[in-house]
Amino acid sequence: MHANNGTDPSAIGTRLPAPEARYDIVVIGAGPAGIFAAREGAAAGKSVLLVDEHPVPGAAMGNDVPLFFGGRMTAATQNAERMLETVFMSEPGLEAAMDEGIEVLLGTSAWGVYRNGPGMAALPEAVVALADATRGWLVGFGELVLATGARDLAIGFPGWNQPGVMGAAALTMLLSRYEAFAGKRVLLMGSHDLALHTALLAREKGVDVAGLVEVRDAPQGDPALAEAVRAAQIPFYLNDAVAEARGGIDGVESVRLRSGAEIACDTVVLAIGLVPSIELIDAMGGKRVLDGARGGYVPGENAGIRCVGDCAGLADTGFDHVAYRMEWARELGQLSAPDTIVCQCEEVTRADLLGVQPPHYLERPAPMAARSLDTLIKDGPPNPDQIKRLTRAGMGVCQGRRCRDQVAMMLAMAANGPFGTVPLATHRAPVRPLPLRILADWEESEDMRSGWDVWFGIPTQWVPYRDIDTPREREHQQAIAGNMSL
Amino acid sequence: MTNTGTNFGLNVGRETPQETMATIAGTANAMKVVIVGGGVTGLSAGWWLARSGAAVTVLDKGIVGWEASGRNGGGASHYQSPLFEEEQRMWPEMDALLGYPTEHQKERIVMAVTEKQLRQYHYIAKMNNEMGYRVDLLEADQVRAMVPLAGDNCLGGMHYRFGGHANPQRTVQAYAWALQDLGGRICQHSPVTGFETEGGKVVAVHATSGRYECDAVVVAAGPQIGALMAKLGVSVPLAAARAEMIVTEPAPMMPIGGVDGNGLYGRQTMRGNLAYGGGPHEWLATFEAGPAARPSSPLTRNLARRVAELFPKAAHLNVIRSWAGIVENTPDGRPIIDRMKGPENVVVATMSGVGFGLSPASGHAVRDLVVDGQCSFTDIAKLSLSRFDGIEPDWREQRGWQAPKAELAA
Repeated sequence: MHANNGTDPSAIGTRLPAPEARYDIVVIGAGPAGIFAAREGAAAGKSVLLVDEHPVPGAAMGNDVPLFFGGRMTAATQNAERMLETVFMSEPGLEAAMDEGIEVLLGTSAWGVYRNGPGMAALPEAVVALADATRGWLVGFGELVLATGARDLAIGFPGWNQPGVMGAAALTMLLSRYEAFAGKRVLLMGSHDLALHTALLAREKGVDVAGLVEVRDAPQGDPALAEAVRAAQIPFYLNDAVAEARGGIDGVESVRLRSGAEIACDTVVLAIGLVPSIELIDAMGGKRVLDGARGGYVPGENAGIRCVGDCAGLADTGFDHVAYRMEWARELGQLSAPDTIVCQCEEVTRADLLGVQPPHYLERPAPMAARSLDTLIKDGPPNPDQIKRLTRAGMGVCQGRRCRDQVAMMLAMAANGPFGTVPLATHRAPVRPLPLRILADWEESEDMRSGWDVWFGIPTQWVPYRDIDTPREREHQQAIAGNMSL
Repeated sequence: MTNTGTNFGLNVGRETPQETMATIAGTANAMKVVIVGGGVTGLSAGWWLARSGAAVTVLDKGIVGWEASGRNGGGASHYQSPLFEEEQRMWPEMDALLGYPTEHQKERIVMAVTEKQLRQYHYIAKMNNEMGYRVDLLEADQVRAMVPLAGDNCLGGMHYRFGGHANPQRTVQAYAWALQDLGGRICQHSPVTGFETEGGKVVAVHATSGRYECDAVVVAAGPQIGALMAKLGVSVPLAAARAEMIVTEPAPMMPIGGVDGNGLYGRQTMRGNLAYGGGPHEWLATFEAGPAARPSSPLTRNLARRVAELFPKAAHLNVIRSWAGIVENTPDGRPIIDRMKGPENVVVATMSGVGFGLSPASGHAVRDLVVDGQCSFTDIAKLSLSRFDGIEPDWREQRGWQAPKAELAA
């Protein structure tokens, strides 16, 4: 039955589709850096596509995607049309870009970059995969410019897994572009430039700022900014940390500090640091390097791809972001209990993560309960992807946004090494959670349809053993058309 | 339209964990066995050998179960295999025997959304019932009653009253840990660099981490078997290809999680996620050091479509990851489980892309070949390497299985 005619009818061949559009330059992210790159390209006579995922669908925001919104967005974010207009109007450069002939797509996320390389040669060309609220599609590019910014660094503490605990980038987005922040009084964690800027922005937007909590004994950011915060009568709680966020059905109501101070607030803002958004680079197997002064893992050299703005690395001011966030992680870890949640999606506690224990719907017989990160480390350096699969930390719908970095920090501490001795859990496409119906290729070719096989399409593979080398073998192969070509 | 095929009598002669241990313990006392490859087949073999009293060392180039063994659909219903009955006998016992959870769940439902699929599923059901493995045919309404995520497009299906599925990553780690609990050694990040032979036997295996003396060797290194066995002058025809899967956020739990069909394989995990694969594969070159990368492709979109067609009531669920695995295949897609004629203390084991589910049995077969020279529980003569003696050098090209030029140049 095997054709042996030099062709494999269920191999990938040329079935992967060509992109439906192609531009000289595709820019992902329409912040200042992305808009600048797009306009620069247009000025040079190039065809340019500029996409930005904002406004993101309300459901995604509820999952803390792409930023840590902490459930503190107003109902206005559920109105897609209003949000589109608000987000468009909040960035004057967008209108100028459109006037210059740049195609601008808002509410459009980039969820994967695909190119031929080791392990893959079947793509007709390199593509970036996009999706909006109605469909997904592929776009080809001459040059890809990533201006995806930076996302919130989350570090857990008792009570952080409730509405009202959010990130500084999310707060900035809600205040300055969505006009949809639902909180009234915020307490910030951190005192470097991010925290200082965020505190001043909140105040400017009429939000009450309860203060900034800092583990170190002095404000960490630009002295002029710190002075501006002081001048605005916003207190610093130095040499202190958040011991617990307390709340009710609507989330945070107050915070207790290590020093014992009780602070009333409806929102706790993690403003300890930002993480360059390297998801697309990492998911395509691109190069990344660790640079503590630029916010952690930043993109390396990747042919045909240019990173601009914060996603290329935070501005190097000589401040070691990684050392700073490790100090926070150590402190918050000490203030946490064994049952403090690390991974909110999968409800993984600190104890279960460090014990490498399975989720609670599985039994833990004695040998299982005796295992831990320590026993795993004896077998070689711990790999976060291995630990992720065993504990499920990072396996949830937020795609590890809220726990990837803190898990990496916890593993480094547990392994007694600096951050980076344990690699970061990998990112996988789609780098945004996208519904099956959106991701689906409803226009797939007949070739893709007809060549589909459950497995490798080897006609002899599924013949029952007893019938091998008997007349029935041929009958089976014919009846099920090879094996399971469906 | 329930089919009243023969009941699947796998409970006959079922052993308790203790009895199983007693039955096989001690027969390989002090035998030093080195297993090259910490995938599911090698680990299971190591576990079975350790249960027999062998001193087992597993050498892996990286982390246990890192390749296809930890990246597959988790199916465990391989009626075509001579190892099937042992697979079915062992799976319900595995959690207790290993001491670690595998997430094994019984039975499967296969759903059709096209007439062609329905015809083929009916044929498969008939084929199984003739072998005495009970498969019930289901009308569309029966499927919808058993599979809440099924839609109006479902045309019918079949219910395997055997088989099931488990969590590949958890199972692989369970084998490794259980092997350690029996005194076995797992040496990760230890690629094998060569073999030392003497008097027609391998007496030591060399790895980057050191020299490992041995009385017997099992080579279960997946796509890397070819390069490793070539060092011993044995040709093992294998071709590797890339296969892809996707997974969604959790869906409400279905009564039977082992649901697939529509050209997909996969399962609902015990957490609720829908994890599915299928579709075109890409043939690749193999490298002694292992795959350079395991990229996924825009095939993610086609998989998403198939899953949405299979489960219309889950089409709103978010896809949260995709991944790929590199899988080796023999020229006929059937396993090679064989003890070499020379060096005569070497056993080769590749399951040709269908290894996870059969692992409780494949390890037993390998154990038997290592210790006794023959499989004690079933005939595996048709899985010998010698069936490929004299295979044409261009067997890959004849099948259209050649690696891309770019890969070969690398």
